Amino acid sequence: MSSLTMGNRFGRNTTVQSSANRPNAITSGHRACQGCGEALAARCAVDAAFNATNGKIAVVNATGCLEVFSCASLESSWNIPWLHSLFGNAAAVASGVAAAFKLNPEKELRVIAQGGDGGTTDIGMGCLSGMFDRNDDVLYICYDNQAYMNTGVQRSSATPALARTATTLPNKVYNGNEPTVGKNVPDIAIAHGIPYVATASVGDIHDLEAKVAKAINIKGAKYIQIHCPCPLGWGHATSDTIKIAKLAIKCGLYPLFEAENGIINSTKIESFIPVEEYLKTQKRFAHLFGKNADPANIQILQKIANSNIERYQLGVIADE
Amino acid sequence: MLYQLEGSQAVARAVALCRPNVVCAYPITPQTHIVEGLGELVHSKQLENCAYMNVESEMGAISAVIGSEAAGVRSYTATSSQGLLYMIEAVYNASGLDLPIVMTLGNRAIGSPINIWNDHADAMAARDAGWLMVFAESNQEAVDLHIQAFKIAEAVKCPIMVCVDGFILTHAYEQVDIPSQEEVDKFLPPYKPEVYLNEKNPVSIGAMVSPTEFMEVRYLEHKKQIKALDIIANIGEEFAKQFGRNSGGLIRQYNVDDADVVIVAMGSVLGTIKDTIDELNAEGNEKFGVLSIVTYRPFPAEAIAKVLQNKKKVIVVEKAFALGRGGILFQEIELALKGTNVKVTSVIAGIGGRNITMSLLKESFKKDDDVTFLGLNHEIIREEEQRLAECNN
Repeated sequence: MSSLTMGNRFGRNTTVQSSANRPNAITSGHRACQGCGEALAARCAVDAAFNATNGKIAVVNATGCLEVFSCASLESSWNIPWLHSLFGNAAAVASGVAAAFKLNPEKELRVIAQGGDGGTTDIGMGCLSGMFDRNDDVLYICYDNQAYMNTGVQRSSATPALARTATTLPNKVYNGNEPTVGKNVPDIAIAHGIPYVATASVGDIHDLEAKVAKAINIKGAKYIQIHCPCPLGWGHATSDTIKIAKLAIKCGLYPLFEAENGIINSTKIESFIPVEEYLKTQKRFAHLFGKNADPANIQILQKIANSNIERYQLGVIADE
Repeated sequence: MLYQLEGSQAVARAVALCRPNVVCAYPITPQTHIVEGLGELVHSKQLENCAYMNVESEMGAISAVIGSEAAGVRSYTATSSQGLLYMIEAVYNASGLDLPIVMTLGNRAIGSPINIWNDHADAMAARDAGWLMVFAESNQEAVDLHIQAFKIAEAVKCPIMVCVDGFILTHAYEQVDIPSQEEVDKFLPPYKPEVYLNEKNPVSIGAMVSPTEFMEVRYLEHKKQIKALDIIANIGEEFAKQFGRNSGGLIRQYNVDDADVVIVAMGSVLGTIKDTIDELNAEGNEKFGVLSIVTYRPFPAEAIAKVLQNKKKVIVVEKAFALGRGGILFQEIELALKGTNVKVTSVIAGIGGRNITMSLLKESFKKDDDVTFLGLNHEIIREEEQRLAECNN
């Protein structure tokens, strides 16, 4: 236990993770890579939901890294009722679970559906939209590591502009994932009129836990998208996961906000950093730097950050 | 009590009598009237303690009942044709997870070309998906099989598909006996799942299995299906004893004992076939009988062989075929009769809703062709082949 954790425990704003009796909904010994942002996010999120409901939760998991590393070969890391069906149907399966639990309110468990960005924003989008449409009593958590990591880092609709993935490999005439593609699923969720939508990050555990704890007890459909760096897919040191997540927040590329009944409240940033500081930490953006690189590409990403800052009112960009 | 009902409404009432807790609805012709009927029963509170879910797709429909069954409650959905194919990934998943879902399949052709009418291509596409599959001959049998289906599925711990011919049964008005709630309650006790999502025993359902155990897991699923043959037969007998109708079980025979030639078929075409052989038998040359396949999965090969092994000839009439191979049920019957001297021939009929008439059947039963495409318009085929040949020149 680190001194930071000890310090947290004595502080006023302790996290669920820093408490000595954290629920351990997902136990150690699973097969995630070292430094996995998703494993950390899932532990924080599910533990927070566990605490907020006195342990009355059930989890439906989409196929993906999280499912594979937590429950394979007759071993399970889950200390809670857990169900995996398929890649693209977690939201619909969770809707069915919630419908069944509703029939017996005394024994009702709160329902979480969870998956990666591929299982959520691409193949799971139809079922997710249906779950939002019916306002089913499910908290859907998307662990957003911005590509299909389980299958070997292919591009998803959550992959950022100009990122290198196995299906958007940059070369002399191609700069990586096209800046004009992709979709904003939190906005799509808000457009369904569901009671709670939020973004979160492993770079801010207090915020992540608070959002999950709030969402899990709201009736109806909820959506939380958590930014989870992936050392393998993004090409960064395993010890830098949290640092990089924090940089994404600070540069405006991953705005943190929550929308209760459509009203957006964002986490303000005191002073923004240029996007380069975030981008240069990861090999997936390495082609944007170096002597032959076109600086205009960095500007494309800076514009995206600036537009986030304006749109979600994250703070004031200091004049150069 | 006797009612004059559309097949779909009769099925809806039968399902409601089984007290499902979750019903998922997604429209596709020709099963739509069934879920409409159930919606009305739920929304008018004639069916209580039941969540009725209007979902966004067939994938959503099957997935939601996977979730509700895994949470431990009796669940039902229905589909047809393209809808079954759209959900097929989850159809396999449901059987792998041992979830006793009951699903009606209103049998319909599969495109392209798009066609909404009846044949069995949809059922055949799912024949290896690990579900139990039964075929209804009449609307009465559709009612009776649904009541048995919940009991069978829950006893075997396996999902079951009740195949009901689209339009021919789903949209036909017939007199059917709908049992009372008391009678059905006596036959079908409340569902008590062994493994389900709960906090006292927090199981992980749906783990990944590696090559070291996967084959064993699948083998045990296969063995479970083979064992289900006895369970289905016993529940059929139990139903017959209580309700006085022999409408379940594995196979059924009509004039088979005296027959030289036996026609094998599934579903609603059996009525037409029985009328046809009545006429043929009255003509008095060869003696004809009919074997109905009620349970298609697991395949009752042994029971079929026992009945057919000493016959002169078996003609398999079926509403589906494998492109590039031919009759599907035909192959299974041929395999079941391997090592005997029974000649097995194939009649492909009723594809995409083509009428199956007694005169066409009679003609095909009298001939000795290995394969017959019943009522095939050879003029169209000849013209099209000629046109294509000219295009290529």
